[in-house]
Amino acid sequence: MNFRRVRSSLLLTVSAGAALALAGCSTGSADSAPVASAAPTDLSGTVSLWHFFSDREAGVIQTAVDEFEKANPDVTVDIHSGQDDAKLQQVISSGGDVDVAVSFSSDIVGNFCSTGAFVDLEPYITRDKVDLEQFPEVVRTYTEYDGTRCTLPLLADVPALYMNSAALAAAGITAPPTTLDQLEADALKMTEYNPDGSIKTLGFNPLMGFYENTPMNFGPTVEAQWLDADGQAAVADSTWPEVMKWQKAFVDTIGYDKLQTFTAGLGQEFSDSNAFQTGQVAMQIDGEWRTAFLADQAPDLQYTTAAFPVGMGHDDLYGSGTISGNVVGIGKGSKNPELAWALMKYLTTDTDSVVGLANGLKNVPTTLPALTSPDLVVSPQFQTFIDIAKDPKTTTRPSSPLGSGYGQPLTDFWTKWQGTDGSGLQDGLDAAAQQMNDSLALVAAP
Amino acid sequence: MITPAVIGLLVFFVYPLLASLWYSFTSYNLMSPPQWIGLRNYTYLFTQDPKVGKAALNTLWFVVFMVPIRIVSALAVAGLLVRVRRARGSWRSVFYLPALVPPVASVVAFVFLFNPGTGPVNRVLHLFGVDGPLWFNDPALAKPSLVLLSVWVMGDIMIIFLASLLDVPRELYEASSLDGANGAQQVVHVTLPHLVPVLLFAGVTGVIAALQYFTEAAVASGVASGKATIGAGASAAIGYPDDSLLTYAQWIYVRGFGNFQFGYASALAMVLFVVASVLVVFMMRRVGAYTPSEAS
Repeated sequence: MNFRRVRSSLLLTVSAGAALALAGCSTGSADSAPVASAAPTDLSGTVSLWHFFSDREAGVIQTAVDEFEKANPDVTVDIHSGQDDAKLQQVISSGGDVDVAVSFSSDIVGNFCSTGAFVDLEPYITRDKVDLEQFPEVVRTYTEYDGTRCTLPLLADVPALYMNSAALAAAGITAPPTTLDQLEADALKMTEYNPDGSIKTLGFNPLMGFYENTPMNFGPTVEAQWLDADGQAAVADSTWPEVMKWQKAFVDTIGYDKLQTFTAGLGQEFSDSNAFQTGQVAMQIDGEWRTAFLADQAPDLQYTTAAFPVGMGHDDLYGSGTISGNVVGIGKGSKNPELAWALMKYLTTDTDSVVGLANGLKNVPTTLPALTSPDLVVSPQFQTFIDIAKDPKTTTRPSSPLGSGYGQPLTDFWTKWQGTDGSGLQDGLDAAAQQMNDSLALVAAP
Repeated sequence: MITPAVIGLLVFFVYPLLASLWYSFTSYNLMSPPQWIGLRNYTYLFTQDPKVGKAALNTLWFVVFMVPIRIVSALAVAGLLVRVRRARGSWRSVFYLPALVPPVASVVAFVFLFNPGTGPVNRVLHLFGVDGPLWFNDPALAKPSLVLLSVWVMGDIMIIFLASLLDVPRELYEASSLDGANGAQQVVHVTLPHLVPVLLFAGVTGVIAALQYFTEAAVASGVASGKATIGAGASAAIGYPDDSLLTYAQWIYVRGFGNFQFGYASALAMVLFVVASVLVVFMMRRVGAYTPSEAS
């Protein structure tokens, strides 16, 4: 064997490895060049658009993009559909071709703004005098982080209470519940049992973790807080126990094991066997998107919607809720930032575009002109979500560099606690707060 | 001549390993340059992480129970198939075919089969007056349910065992028989020594696969929780029910891609690498002591 050649080969490959290692330490392209003092009068070129939608919903995005291309004939939009946040993160960090990116959740805003994955939009907004007041205040909140606006909203998700009209009538209920206690009372009236004592149909499934039963959706009923003004966990010192005790008592009234068995037999949330659509559950908290599922998969089901009930002593909150939604940003290292900004501005602020997307995707529009547009198709059921989105008391979960992860300890504790004897609530909340702070401290290091 | 192999080793093993080692001492989110934080990730891992212990124990459970059960099942089926005289090819196909089913599809099918409310398994049990358990929805039974699935798809190992069993020289059985060995003694002194390399292969690859167990557990959690979605990234249902299916590999994924903590995820990965290395070396040494050449 020629050892000199082998040694040379090893040297070469080690050098290549070292070069690769050094290359791996880079994090994509450098920050974008300074923004031009005036917006370009003629747009031309190709701009990439990455989004998470697929199938029918991707078609709705395509329609909006077609309108943009029609208005800008020299522009071509290169669409990448079905891309989730993890993929966006990888492509952007490796310097990939992401000009405009749509994320399905505002949870990423804290991370993508603080790390620079999405560029700061302030220079473009200032230059083009984009009126941010056109977005409801709470929507403005969840699209920026720590003073950096790196995203604009592209439709919102709002949960509310869905009610099966036939089940309501059968139980003699004529008005939607406005308090959590009324919700429980109505639900128990609508709950039916089999001869063996097992559940036949549920009025409302109180189990934490069932479909959209999440702390994020239940918390606003008692104005519960996630973080304090210093960005530290507030779950141990807030009003969480009020709603948790109500939920736990509700679970105990029916029986945890019975609920577990019944829930295990229900269909997938995002399928035509969704329990509300099949009539197995008469009322449930769900997003506005369910109206589209119902129209498509259960057109004969008669239902109404209402704001989700609120806790005792929180009557003033009734009519509000929680809101979050899709966000759009310009990828770090975008090679066509002006084109990207033009496309993004069109998708998020052009009233016709926002209304068209809202009508197609059946999400809540995120600009005030679109919310009141006569072209917005609003059924009586959908109106509930519009009203909640416009309610000044509607809140959102604060963003963090951890994404949605910082809230997981509370979800984990609640899910486990509901099946216990109910003791140890404050200790569990203290532990959850400590875990949240530990995670936040780690991501903030050094 | 060995340059391509060395390049492959460097690019696909040494570089990722060294990069992960470096990142494990940093705060890194892919977007900003890694920032050195010393042992902080490891301190958090061993003293503060609320779920890493549970994830590690779940993974260890799969190593301890799933790997041996799968090997024994595959060996038993292979032993039976060796003796089959009629329709030999058909029987082999029947036991091998499940291994061809994509993991996601097999998990989805299994979760629906074992659905407590609508699945055929509990319906059949009900016919016999037995109230079926919650299976994938019960924290105590979720892992054993996945073991059942792993036994169903053990065809890949079974076919290797079968080939190895068919390769045992007949004269060895005849000679041992003349020496007065009974069936059990033939298994211990003729069959098993011949199978040692294959058993070692099945054990090592099984342990490594169990340490990296991800897809089946993640899909089972998503489907059983009723929240199976496509395109939503890191699922909130990971670990369902009650973190009983949260494996170490899933926890690495959640911390990396869900929480954007690639430095910490790298620290988790380094610990997994060390544990896997120690286990594999231990197994190879233990099994090596029983190989025919060593024994003689």
